[in-house]
Amino acid sequence: MTDSENNGSNQSRRSFLRSGLLASSGMLALATSLKPLLDLEPGDLGNIDSFIQKHYCEMSESDIEKALARIADDVEKRYQLRPDIRDLKPLDGVEFVYALNLSRCIGCRKCVHACVAENNQSRSPEIQYIRVLEMPHGTLDIEKSNHHYNRASVPADSHYYMPVQCHQCKNAPCVKVCPIQATWQQDDGVTVIDYDWCIGCRYCQAACPYWARRFNFTEPGLTKKDVNPNMNYLSNRPRKKGVIEKCHFCLQRTRAGKLPACQEVCPTGARKFGNVLDEHSNVSQILRTKRVFVLKEDVNTLPRFFYYFDERYPRKQASSETSKDGGSA
Amino acid sequence: MKNYLTFVWRCFRTSFVGDWRYQAWMLLLTVTALVGLNAYCKQIVEGLVLTGLSDQVSWGSYISNFTFLVGMAAAAVMLVIPVYVYGHKALHDLVIFGELLTIAVIIMCIMFVTVDLGHPERVLNLGRRMNFPMSMLTWDVVVLNVYLLLNLHICGYLIYCAYNKQEPRKALYIPLVFLAIFWAISIHTVTAFLYVGLGGRPFWNSAIIAPRFLASAFAAGPAFIILTLQVIRRFTSYHVPNGALDMLKRIVTVALTINMFLLACEVFTEFYTDSTHGASAHYLFLGLQGHNALVPWIWTAITLNSVALLILYLPLSRSRSLLNIACVFMIGGIWIEKGMGLIVPGFIPSPLGEIVEYSPTINETLVCLGIWAFGLLLYTILVRVTIPVLSGELASDTAVNNNK
Repeated sequence: MTDSENNGSNQSRRSFLRSGLLASSGMLALATSLKPLLDLEPGDLGNIDSFIQKHYCEMSESDIEKALARIADDVEKRYQLRPDIRDLKPLDGVEFVYALNLSRCIGCRKCVHACVAENNQSRSPEIQYIRVLEMPHGTLDIEKSNHHYNRASVPADSHYYMPVQCHQCKNAPCVKVCPIQATWQQDDGVTVIDYDWCIGCRYCQAACPYWARRFNFTEPGLTKKDVNPNMNYLSNRPRKKGVIEKCHFCLQRTRAGKLPACQEVCPTGARKFGNVLDEHSNVSQILRTKRVFVLKEDVNTLPRFFYYFDERYPRKQASSETSKDGGSA
Repeated sequence: MKNYLTFVWRCFRTSFVGDWRYQAWMLLLTVTALVGLNAYCKQIVEGLVLTGLSDQVSWGSYISNFTFLVGMAAAAVMLVIPVYVYGHKALHDLVIFGELLTIAVIIMCIMFVTVDLGHPERVLNLGRRMNFPMSMLTWDVVVLNVYLLLNLHICGYLIYCAYNKQEPRKALYIPLVFLAIFWAISIHTVTAFLYVGLGGRPFWNSAIIAPRFLASAFAAGPAFIILTLQVIRRFTSYHVPNGALDMLKRIVTVALTINMFLLACEVFTEFYTDSTHGASAHYLFLGLQGHNALVPWIWTAITLNSVALLILYLPLSRSRSLLNIACVFMIGGIWIEKGMGLIVPGFIPSPLGEIVEYSPTINETLVCLGIWAFGLLLYTILVRVTIPVLSGELASDTAVNNNK
């Protein structure tokens, strides 16, 4: 009786020791595997204010003021420079439209780099919103395009160039698929992203027929000298890793009456940007008089980005436009 | 309540008890799961740059595994329908193993989606603002979580009743079992619609994807159940009748045949038409402009599935070991078909015609292995605990006393 009792207590002691050992080695293993988390930067997962912040569309004026102040502080901490950050609203009676003259574009990619400089994209790895396709004459099939042409001089013979960026579709698949409404269309037709709301599922990237969206796979490599301090909440404020970004028609400029950076830098006047609701704007005139087309019309996304060739249009009008723009190619 | 806590505690204790093979298996799974967790922590710190993903191929092995596992979750339905709709006797006591598999698999699905996110912590925002019903992803979140709850309830209730040696009350679970049948179909359909609904991706934009999902799911899921039952039969005293395995074998044979037929339909449409919309299929099966990273994968999948089907058709498969091989081949083949054969080629070439290939990195693979190990760990524990409860070895004290 005593023997077996002794035995029993011995056994239970042994099993207690064993489970204790098991539990502690398990905990140790768990802690070891979690160790990389020690390298997290303080602001890496976003601070608590941005985490509890409301969706942009639900924010009051004062909420937005608070968010702008927080972002300004954050930018100052990261880049040692005070940004001029605003929240520019869509203007009444304005719908932005882009028209791109394929007869003029020479494929110099100045727009690509001006865009990067304007919009605070990551420089390493470099994120570019505009992709210029080199197309052989005789086709509109973009699968025949060359994305990585690298020539001593452009344009190359028997090729034309087709820059592609976000088309700000009226029937936008990216907006439709976003599970959390982190991307939506504003009244002036521009599809924007709340970088504090995006969960980084990249469903919009899968949905976009124009390959317009870019993901921050790692912390954006942006340094003080590259920061553009003229910032806007829904456009070019600096992003963090794990969110989507894309062309937003330079809202920080265009809603303040300026032209997008890509148009301003274009040496040939191939790019035209404006308000389609104003019948005297150059884009309205182009849409009325040129043979415009949209890319992938069959997917019915109704882009606000139009392409056209202008050689064959009544010579008088075409030549008068050339002289007006100067054609500095 | 106290009785329930005792039940949970006993189940927890039981999950640590087993012979050396069980201990070794559990140790292996635990270590692998922790290695995966470690890899995921690195990914949280560095970002998704540690994966092989790019702006061109923005979904890869995580979403591939997710898609495959949504299919595996159908396993239960292929046991539930014969038992509850047609009153199949041999399978009756085995349905629970299918439902337990569903629980483990759905949890794996949720984990695979989570590791794919750039900001997993913001998932909570779904509670504040949800693009429902427009976004198919919100549908998926809803159907997967409800399906998980349904199965948790059904399994938990039945096992707890067995523990108390009570007859389960039909009203408390039969309606939910029938709801779960429809729900299982819905999780597949909705997951297929995630891809099918994208007009910019012609490779996915095909009505056959949802039926193919179902067919492949009804093959891979029950195949996994067959393997589980073989293990249970070999290592425990729990009774697995031959009739049950024969029934499951018939199910996987039919499902795999339909799956292969649908694949053939798809191949014909893409290649006979020979339009530029077939570029992804061309890339997958034959390679495109000298890029052919996926070609070996898809032909391996087709070979595995064909061999599996051949074994199943021949009288050979009456041998249990050959049946096991057929099941393993089938699961492997369908796993490739759903991942490297469906998700990845949808991104190649990109919508602007650029060809960027994808291959998973080591860190990404470790995360995947970790989730698989965790899922298997979970399933092993669920099965390990359920068997003694169902066979009456593990029962509540009051129930034992009452029976005396």
